[in-house]
Amino acid sequence: MSNKPRKFKGGVHPNDSKALSAAKAVVNAPLLDKYTVIVHQNIGAPPELLVKKGDVVKKGALLAKAAGFVSVPLHAPTSGTVTAIDKCAGPTGISVPSIQITADGADEWGSPFEPITDWQSAEPADLKQRVWDAGIVGMGGAGFPAHVKLSPQKPVDTLILNGAECEPYLTADHRLMLEQAEDVVLGAAILARILGLETATIGVEDNKPDAIGALSKVAGKYNIKVQGLPVNYPQGAEKQLIYTLAGREVPIGGLPMDVGCVVQNVASAVAVADAVVKGLPSIERITTVTGEPLVNPGNWRFRLGTPISKAIELAGGVKVQPAKLLLGGPMMGFAQSSLDVTVMKNTSGILLIPAEQVSQYTSEPCIRCGRCVECCPMDILPATISQAVENERFDLAAKLNVLACIECGSCSYVCPSHRPLNQHFKRAKAEILAARRKEQKK
Amino acid sequence: MTIILTSLVFASLLGAILALIIGTAAKAFAVESDPRIETVTDMLPGANCGGCGYAGCADFAKAVVEGAAMPSGCPVAPASDSARIAEYLGITSEEKEKMVAVVRCSGTISTTVRSPYNGIQDCRSAVLVAGGAKGCDYGCLGLASCARACPFNAIEIRDGLAVVHPELCVGCGKCVDVCPKDLIVLVPASVEVHVYCNSPEKGAVKRKVCKTACIACRKCIKAADNEDQMIVKGFLVETNYDNPPLPDLVEKAACPTTALRLASKHAAGEYEGVSK
Repeated sequence: MSNKPRKFKGGVHPNDSKALSAAKAVVNAPLLDKYTVIVHQNIGAPPELLVKKGDVVKKGALLAKAAGFVSVPLHAPTSGTVTAIDKCAGPTGISVPSIQITADGADEWGSPFEPITDWQSAEPADLKQRVWDAGIVGMGGAGFPAHVKLSPQKPVDTLILNGAECEPYLTADHRLMLEQAEDVVLGAAILARILGLETATIGVEDNKPDAIGALSKVAGKYNIKVQGLPVNYPQGAEKQLIYTLAGREVPIGGLPMDVGCVVQNVASAVAVADAVVKGLPSIERITTVTGEPLVNPGNWRFRLGTPISKAIELAGGVKVQPAKLLLGGPMMGFAQSSLDVTVMKNTSGILLIPAEQVSQYTSEPCIRCGRCVECCPMDILPATISQAVENERFDLAAKLNVLACIECGSCSYVCPSHRPLNQHFKRAKAEILAARRKEQKK
Repeated sequence: MTIILTSLVFASLLGAILALIIGTAAKAFAVESDPRIETVTDMLPGANCGGCGYAGCADFAKAVVEGAAMPSGCPVAPASDSARIAEYLGITSEEKEKMVAVVRCSGTISTTVRSPYNGIQDCRSAVLVAGGAKGCDYGCLGLASCARACPFNAIEIRDGLAVVHPELCVGCGKCVDVCPKDLIVLVPASVEVHVYCNSPEKGAVKRKVCKTACIACRKCIKAADNEDQMIVKGFLVETNYDNPPLPDLVEKAACPTTALRLASKHAAGEYEGVSK
């Protein structure tokens, strides 16, 4: 590992607006009467349902089991009765299968597994199995099953914990690192043991000096390093983080393991620590509820299945009518059309944006200024690719490496012609992958 | 004077030599082609729509002359034209039923409610962002991907809904491929009665997001001459295109949501604002 973090190419500096919620300590959200847990919360195969309507479940009980390797089980957020298995509003705008649990108020634990207190002598394979059993996914936003990343097919010598939290507005990871620094470090140590490594590095953007301080105080206990990172969006993207901390470039189309690295989010690390040391499955997470329209923005620990409407209620409701609602941050978050969408394992933020910040731009032709090329952290040519997509030349887009795009949105952010570059790339990626699947079937 | 003469002589010589080379090459490397292909190409509509499954009219003509395709394989050419081609080639052409496209959705902007959408005006891009602006997960997004794909201008976008004009549609199927919601189907042109809804959700769920959804009340099935004419699939009724109902079914059934419609009247916009 190199000593001095290096700045990756490109990136942008949006106003981070983190002050709205950065000083607000995490509050446990009160128990609700009803939780609507979305079944498919991970990248990969949706888990198989194990419960039916009328079943009585304890908090932490298995609701669905993993269907294949790239899939994770799902657990009950509280004790109660399964009152419906139906569709509910999903985060992508399409309704998705969900399990409705009516709470009995007792919130009684029925964890499917025991704590592993002597994790330092436990078999790494057992620890990894626990990570899988606990249903832990990448909690930074992607929702990729954690145990898959912990099973690299290639030799790995570096474990990086992602505490960059470069998305504007979001402060969930910041509060977590500040308030649960010991758990973060413990999680890092367990993850390192699973991978057979001696150490790990926690990368935190320099705009969170208090978090760096808190982590540094306890990091020595397990020989974990804490490293400040230059403030630059998208510093928290996996490939950019690896470049900054390890000085290695992940090849196009490659994975971090191709350069001997594994990256896990800090919230996932805490979930791992809880699963191993306390025997808790992944049923809650810290989410930032923020935005200028809210009366009292802050950070809450929500159970899975908490509706967004409840979260907004907890934040004191709105003082002005918001014009847009996002799950996640303003750069990569998903716009929502329903308040019934519920908190999932990867819901890092719930963001309300006032009307004066949502501009209804019309897209103009590209003026070839090259700003998108300058800021693209993946070093592809957004302007050229977007023109190829407009002409439906997906073969050309593929040749120009549109698949390398991480959809960070930096290009759309800087474009003076307000071109919907990111959406063009989403389209191109979907078309190219669909064509490849078709080809494979033949 | 000599300069002019020399250049004239050289130019003529060069011309003669090149003509000789080209002439020999043309003879030696000549590609045999059936002159009938060109004639058949001329007899085809020349829209190059690709509806026949070949790369264009010339490619289709080649297949017809070689016997790989029937003249009636062209969805655009009227039966008289196919017969003319068959007569020219001295083959018997099978009659093929004329097909038209149907967009199985009746949800206009005024009958389906949700959020504004300000992104790329293309259905296949919109569906990737937040499922588009319409409330129904299965409904027409109304951003005209199909209308742009149609080589015959047979699809109109009216109040955020794609409407096929059956008299212009030739059934080439280009629109079928581009619809990200798989809403468009090719059906026999002789059938007039269609259910303009494709949502498999329960009636109550559909009604919440759309006023003109099929709620599977079965009124049309009871009103039909025999029960086989309309098929129930889950919470959705479909026309049985193998045993289609007569056009008067629409009036007899009095569909409470107006999801059951006559194609011609739907194209003319006569159902707009009828359902409450």
